[in-house]
Amino acid sequence: MSILTIEGLTVALPAGADRPHAIEDVSLTVERGEILCVVGESGSGKSITANAVMGLLPKSLPLRAGRLILDGIDLRAQPPEAMRKLRGSRMAMIFQEPMTALNPLMRVGDQIGEALAVHGAPDRGRVQELLAAVNLPDPVSIARSHPFRLSGGQRQRVMIAMALALEPALLIADEPTTALDVTTQMQILRLIREIQQRRGTGVLFITHDFGVVAEIADRVAVMQHGRIVEHGTAREVLDRPQHPYTRALIRAVPGFPKGGGVARAQGRDVLRVQGLEKTYHRGGWFSAGKMLRAVHDADFSLTRGETLGLVGESGSGKSTLARCVVRLVTPEKGEIYFDGADLRPLSRAAMKPFRRRVQMIFQDPYASLNPRRKVGEIIAEGPITHGTPRAEALERARDLLAIVRLDPGAMDRYPHEFSGGQRQRIGIARALAMKPELLIADEPVSALDVSVQAEVLALLAEIREREKLTMLFITHDLRVAAQVCDRIAVMQRGAIVEQGPVGQVFANPAHPYTQQLLDSIPGRAWTPPDLGEAA
Amino acid sequence: MDPSRLPAFLLRRGIKAAIVILAIIVSNFFLIHAAPGDPASVMAGQSGAADERYLAQLRTQFGLDKPLLEQLWIYVRGMLALDLGYSHRQQMGVAALIWQRLPPTLLLTGVAFALAISGGVTLGALAARRVGTWADSVITVIALTFYATPIFWVGLMLVLLFSVVLGWLPSFGMNSVGADLHGIAAVLDVGRHLILPALTLGLFYVAVYARLTRATMLEVADQDFVKTARAKGVPEGRILRRHVLRNALLPVITLAGIQAGQLIGGSILVETVFAWPGIGRLAFEALLARDYPVLLGVFFCTSAMVVIFNLFTDLLYAMVDPRVEVQG
Repeated sequence: MSILTIEGLTVALPAGADRPHAIEDVSLTVERGEILCVVGESGSGKSITANAVMGLLPKSLPLRAGRLILDGIDLRAQPPEAMRKLRGSRMAMIFQEPMTALNPLMRVGDQIGEALAVHGAPDRGRVQELLAAVNLPDPVSIARSHPFRLSGGQRQRVMIAMALALEPALLIADEPTTALDVTTQMQILRLIREIQQRRGTGVLFITHDFGVVAEIADRVAVMQHGRIVEHGTAREVLDRPQHPYTRALIRAVPGFPKGGGVARAQGRDVLRVQGLEKTYHRGGWFSAGKMLRAVHDADFSLTRGETLGLVGESGSGKSTLARCVVRLVTPEKGEIYFDGADLRPLSRAAMKPFRRRVQMIFQDPYASLNPRRKVGEIIAEGPITHGTPRAEALERARDLLAIVRLDPGAMDRYPHEFSGGQRQRIGIARALAMKPELLIADEPVSALDVSVQAEVLALLAEIREREKLTMLFITHDLRVAAQVCDRIAVMQRGAIVEQGPVGQVFANPAHPYTQQLLDSIPGRAWTPPDLGEAA
Repeated sequence: MDPSRLPAFLLRRGIKAAIVILAIIVSNFFLIHAAPGDPASVMAGQSGAADERYLAQLRTQFGLDKPLLEQLWIYVRGMLALDLGYSHRQQMGVAALIWQRLPPTLLLTGVAFALAISGGVTLGALAARRVGTWADSVITVIALTFYATPIFWVGLMLVLLFSVVLGWLPSFGMNSVGADLHGIAAVLDVGRHLILPALTLGLFYVAVYARLTRATMLEVADQDFVKTARAKGVPEGRILRRHVLRNALLPVITLAGIQAGQLIGGSILVETVFAWPGIGRLAFEALLARDYPVLLGVFFCTSAMVVIFNLFTDLLYAMVDPRVEVQG
């Protein structure tokens, strides 16, 4: 018998939304000891399905129809108190954001202990057992720590330990590795796999990442606009996708480079960074303070027309390095030669002409555009400050919107009226408005859905070709780096440990850390099938 | 915060507090010198007692015949020895005067403070729990009313209702005049006198805390860890107490720290309206009489209180929120 059966589940959206139902006629089963991956882009209704099972839907999203059977119990027939008792004991959930999913004021051990206590299962020894079961070192001291002392990966392990406290029959994991670094992600995926096999737990695993699906799924359900459009075993869906939407999603997954690959541009250096060092100090008047070497031993150069990928995990110093180049961060030491001139010692005023020539695209399309200004003004602001007449700058902004394939009507609208992908296009238009020679893209697609990500990358590639742009592309996603970059520099703890042409680095990684990063790419064994061009 | 780091924290903050207090003393000194003319005759003249003996006494106290830096040193030394000067008008040492007036003020403000915190947080939590219902609306309207009403007017209305119309509570002073009470009876008498001024002083802050608690609780209730708690089957009441309220109290503590510092000085109005024999009324009287030594003494005393309360708030905050890195 299935652990979880969902039949014809329909959840309404509040009046005035873009569609009447958040999810419509969704039917799924999760068997004992299997992992079912529900894949879809943001807004496809996959999280709502999970929350409906847990009985955690907000009041604004009423459950309209369908049956939810957990291990023979009809969940919709249960009164709230009975549902509460089922949550945490028979079914448990882990969330996407480990940084905010734990109560910051409560010790980790107490939070796990609470999961036991509220279901009448006391014991302190059990807490440490659980922490050991999720491979956390030194469970005794971890139990006594507050969440802020732990890293993202450790917190996610704590969440898993908490979810498993009462050995639930069903574990729902809502994008549990999306916020984690690639090596940590692999560890957590392996942990979930291992625990699920050991205990025979059924897992409903929600993700947007086909790499993760390839790594972990037994069966897959693909959701679009609140409906399940395709459903099958992992092999079937991944290698022989039937539905056009699934095919489009899989086509958008960046593949790996084949062959050696050669650096293509053979011009002169646009940018050469030498001996750069940036150290952060922290401390008060009376304390010694702490020191963090954010960037050191990170020499690199960029040839005209070339794209260099700066890859590494969070905290590796890749963003700091990029910010040093545009002098958003001032390094203590080293030289930044841009077109032959050292930028580092320049004053604000002397730096100004170079600001135009080096532009940046930021990671978060939601936070990097001023919400109180119209899109046209945002794009035209840079040229206007650099002396372009206002009318001319606005005219050019209109052209740029066309280049990034947005409607010219966007000029008079505000950023919040656009989706994430559209906002990132605005960000690109804003950077291009200055007619830069060097473009620095700091994780430009990591906040975007897979298909949107593919579109933005294609747009960047096209613009780069046409404008002969040189690009420094920062990313944590090796698949993306492999797709867009000519050369790759791998950063670890503030230093570049390896650099070379993409094909070479991927085929013959020289540094153990590069090796480790490559091994951690989820679904590495899976090569997306060649589906040809969009039908 | 790690308890083992407490002594180091206290030492560092103690040094900083001492520096601040020293700065207050120095600025006090320059305040006197900012007054035009001979400070001694200004002080004496303003306090209405310009005889030679008093002038001479002022000159020696402040060392006005010596160079400025030496004067400063004499003044600072005096202050550090808690020699706050002498009030000719009150015929008493300023330190003794303040010492006499401090306990009633601390009693009044302490009670008002406790009332504000307990009442405000309770009302705010109730409103947040029943958000959108009639209970929420009633609490919000009441809080808004007290928030918007001038404090002295609330005081006057309370006096009108409970003293004049109903005759239940005394309207001024701290003890019943002429009644020679002892033991429990005396305590109860002070208690009866305390109710109206404490209510007046506290109601505004009840409103502030109620609004703040409600808003932060609603904000915290949306956070991920509350969902985590729900997903592990924690009952609603416990979620509210252990997860929502505890986190929502952090901004309340911050505000309480600011309020605690202000209470001593902020009670001037209420003490005057209710003829409460505290520091606030002392300051008010000294102001009207231009009794400089007393004013400066009160200024020093209230500043020192602010520093102490700030230190205490930071300490409390560090105890409650483990994320606070206690930097000196």
